Amino acid sequence: MRVSLFITCYNDTLFPGTGKAVVRVLERLGHSIEFRPEQTCCGQMHWNTGYLREAVPIIRHFVEVFRDAETIVIPSSSCVSMMRDHYLKAAEMVGDAKLAADVAALLPRVWEFSEFLAKKLGVEDVGATYAHRVTYHTSCHSQRSLHLNDIPLRLLRKVRGLQLVPIENPQECCGFGGTFSIKNADVSSAMLADKVRCVLNTGAEVCTAVDNSCLMHLFGSMHRQRTFTRTVHIAEILASTAEAEPWDERFPVDLPVSVGGTR
Amino acid sequence: MTPPETLAESRQNFPEAARELLADSQIRKNVRHATDVIQAKRNKVVAELPDWQDLREAGSAIRAHALEHLDHYLAQFEANCTRAGGQVHWARDAAEANSIILGLIQKHEAKEVIKVKTMTSEEIKLNAHLEAHGVRPIETDLAELIVQLGHDKPSHFVAPALHKNRQEVREIFQREMKLPELGETPEDLCAAARTYLREKYLRIKVAVSGANFLVAETGSVCLVESEGNGRMCLTLPDVLISIVGIEKVIPRFQDLEVFLQTLPRSATGERMNPYNSIWTGVHEGDGPREFHLVLLDNGRSPILADKEARQTLKCIRCAACLNVCPVYHQTGGHAYRSVYAGPIGAILTPQLHDMKDGRSLPYASSLCGACYEVCPVKINIPEVLIHLRGKIVEEEQKTLGGKLGLWNIGMQAAAFLFADASRFSAAQHLGQMGQKVFVSKSGFIEALPLMLSGWTQTRDLAALPKQTFRDWWAAREEREEKAR
Amino acid sequence: MTDGSRAAILASIQGALGAAADEAAIAAEYDSLPRAYKRIGTLDGPALLELFTDRLLEYDAGVYRADTEGIGAKVGEILKARGVNRIAIPDDLPAEWLPAAFDFVKASRFTEMQLDKVDGVLSACTVAIAETGSIVLQNAPAQGKRSLSLVPDYQLCLVFAAQVVETVPEGFARLEATKNLPMTFFSGPSATADIEMTRIKGVHGPRFLDVLLVV
Repeated sequence: MRVSLFITCYNDTLFPGTGKAVVRVLERLGHSIEFRPEQTCCGQMHWNTGYLREAVPIIRHFVEVFRDAETIVIPSSSCVSMMRDHYLKAAEMVGDAKLAADVAALLPRVWEFSEFLAKKLGVEDVGATYAHRVTYHTSCHSQRSLHLNDIPLRLLRKVRGLQLVPIENPQECCGFGGTFSIKNADVSSAMLADKVRCVLNTGAEVCTAVDNSCLMHLFGSMHRQRTFTRTVHIAEILASTAEAEPWDERFPVDLPVSVGGTR
Repeated sequence: MTPPETLAESRQNFPEAARELLADSQIRKNVRHATDVIQAKRNKVVAELPDWQDLREAGSAIRAHALEHLDHYLAQFEANCTRAGGQVHWARDAAEANSIILGLIQKHEAKEVIKVKTMTSEEIKLNAHLEAHGVRPIETDLAELIVQLGHDKPSHFVAPALHKNRQEVREIFQREMKLPELGETPEDLCAAARTYLREKYLRIKVAVSGANFLVAETGSVCLVESEGNGRMCLTLPDVLISIVGIEKVIPRFQDLEVFLQTLPRSATGERMNPYNSIWTGVHEGDGPREFHLVLLDNGRSPILADKEARQTLKCIRCAACLNVCPVYHQTGGHAYRSVYAGPIGAILTPQLHDMKDGRSLPYASSLCGACYEVCPVKINIPEVLIHLRGKIVEEEQKTLGGKLGLWNIGMQAAAFLFADASRFSAAQHLGQMGQKVFVSKSGFIEALPLMLSGWTQTRDLAALPKQTFRDWWAAREEREEKAR
Repeated sequence: MTDGSRAAILASIQGALGAAADEAAIAAEYDSLPRAYKRIGTLDGPALLELFTDRLLEYDAGVYRADTEGIGAKVGEILKARGVNRIAIPDDLPAEWLPAAFDFVKASRFTEMQLDKVDGVLSACTVAIAETGSIVLQNAPAQGKRSLSLVPDYQLCLVFAAQVVETVPEGFARLEATKNLPMTFFSGPSATADIEMTRIKGVHGPRFLDVLLVV
């Protein structure tokens, strides 16, 4: 299958390693990747903050860039949620029937990365090895919008050497919420404190999720507190093999159990 | 000390009010405990019903239908209630409602009235109005009694005093009921309330209540409660005055079969609450001789005009959204500075004020969606939040101050960048260079300027990686091209 | 009275909603609303009564059984166990339900203030809902006015097996014919959870509830 990767604006800029991991996993499974360089952003930040009109050109741009893509894979459930929950509404808001039709035609070809593996490819074992104690954070969009349910957990359970530890209160939001983390920094920090406590209580050295936005939030606090727990996107865990784990600039020193790094 | 009425009155926005409440450990502990308990109970009894989603669907459809034909159903309700001996009054706003109610009380020369808990009366500030005119309102709901005697404000519309623990309640009762020997268990406190109120029920002639539902088909009123104080106020006095928002009408008696399943399970986590009273007008020899229903608009009807936001009025005041909200868990209800707090408060309060007060409330949410998941009438609160944010932004952009504000400038700039990949890429490179001044030796950013400092208050930020994904891909493509 | 306001409010609503539909269209729309929820129960006689009993016991209500001939004797047994003597009753309560050796007083002879002084109240009911452990009283034969079952501290209610339904919708179907009568749904004794979420019984309504199931 020819898979078109939508990296997302923040992964592109802050978490390129996640994109590299997606490429590695899909190529390992025998698919070819294309990356359309005209891509930018899904429009969620503007839409959710109330800049609805400003989001429309961004949405149009996405639809235009990926109009004829066979399959689009996105390592971010919040961006997929933006498309599934709001793109049609945006088109209706500006009374653009053509845009609405284009969106309707595009949506069935859009996949979040983990649901692409489990649902579209029907694969749970992607040949990964990652011998670490890992806990999984359920992001709000992945559960309440995409209804991923236990897909990420099923993928993680097939990773060799991985010790999966359940987390308390998985249903409660980590407090990121995009611009909420800035506009309501105090409440966001209070929510984050509770979520970090749950992560630390698992004793896991790695916290993973399908969204780097939540992970960035969690790590922001855990790093400030100088805890030993690091955050790693699920794609990077799935890309990891006995020969090589993905290497992250944030952590110049590899985890002790790993078998070396690769750039 | 009575908390301020509104965010405008306290000259705060939600973040500022929240910061104040976050500093109150006692409230936070009490709120957390209460919401944990109700949530656990709610989840248990909801899991018992395999048709819960069907009930939500039906409830949502019935409420939406009633709102779409609100004038028709209100007129039908009025006709039937009147035919059964009730008297229906219409109040455009709080002032009118207060005037009508006071007038009725004065007509009967009553100096005291007993009250059943009703957030609608809090909304119109009825108690203050009555007191200012020499009428003493006595709250009979235990939580409202605690709030009243404590000169406080409700923080949750199902359990208004959940921010108080037993020691605090005991102190209030000891002082106000003059009971120096009062015990400290919840049982002692309830017994004190029972005795205090009993003689009032049997003596006072006029009662004021709210209602949960108005049934158009029969002209009936339904009140849902637990303690029995509602039944006392509805049946013992000579005169009953009920103040009810216009949005509470449902088409038919049969529709209660849906809401009396979803409301108790959502609100208090019970299969059914202890008492539901349904009465129609006046009944000979049973209950009050006179029944007055005051229909209140007070900002509700304009909300109907907004097709996106109209669903706000479907609310049946179960407070399940408060109980599940991760923001409410941290701050409690007083941070919203409104009768209606939590997720529903974040959309209802600003709209009732025609978006002139509470403008920071639609932003008091991380859009996690937990509220929508539990709402028994499927109000898509996150959708309405975004819609209201859109209205606020649009209004702000009409002013020079708004146009030139940091947020607007930042958002316009970002939109400009996202419109074109080469612009976006250039901005990424600029960021990689420009960040150097913020990045510490460890490779992390620990302090950001201006409004971004909100992040670095409590969080670090990893520096931008040296190479973006798109640059890595481009380099890889080039390598592969060369190899061919 | 408030006619000006009435007109203003209705005008505001109509202006907000746009074109009004006619009654027939509204009724048709109402009839097509989705109602996929469970309407009819699946439990038969004994299982139904058992569910109802379980729910009542969960509320700490006392639950007893008798057949139609044994009502009077059983009532005597229950009242004796509760240690009560002076019981208010609706005027038309069948005499054969009343055991001797107790002081039964007809409600019509009492003011509310005096009702406060009796030990308890005995009445029948209109319908009972097993799933929620609810009993519905109306101002109807053998049930009396609403304050009768409210003011006294103890309530003994007779529920005939044929009056028990499983689901809330079935309960409402039974009430449809008398929906204009004042009614009260009882589901357990009066309670509050307003202090630290601790459930306390008997704040204002009857603290003690017994049910006699007549099978």
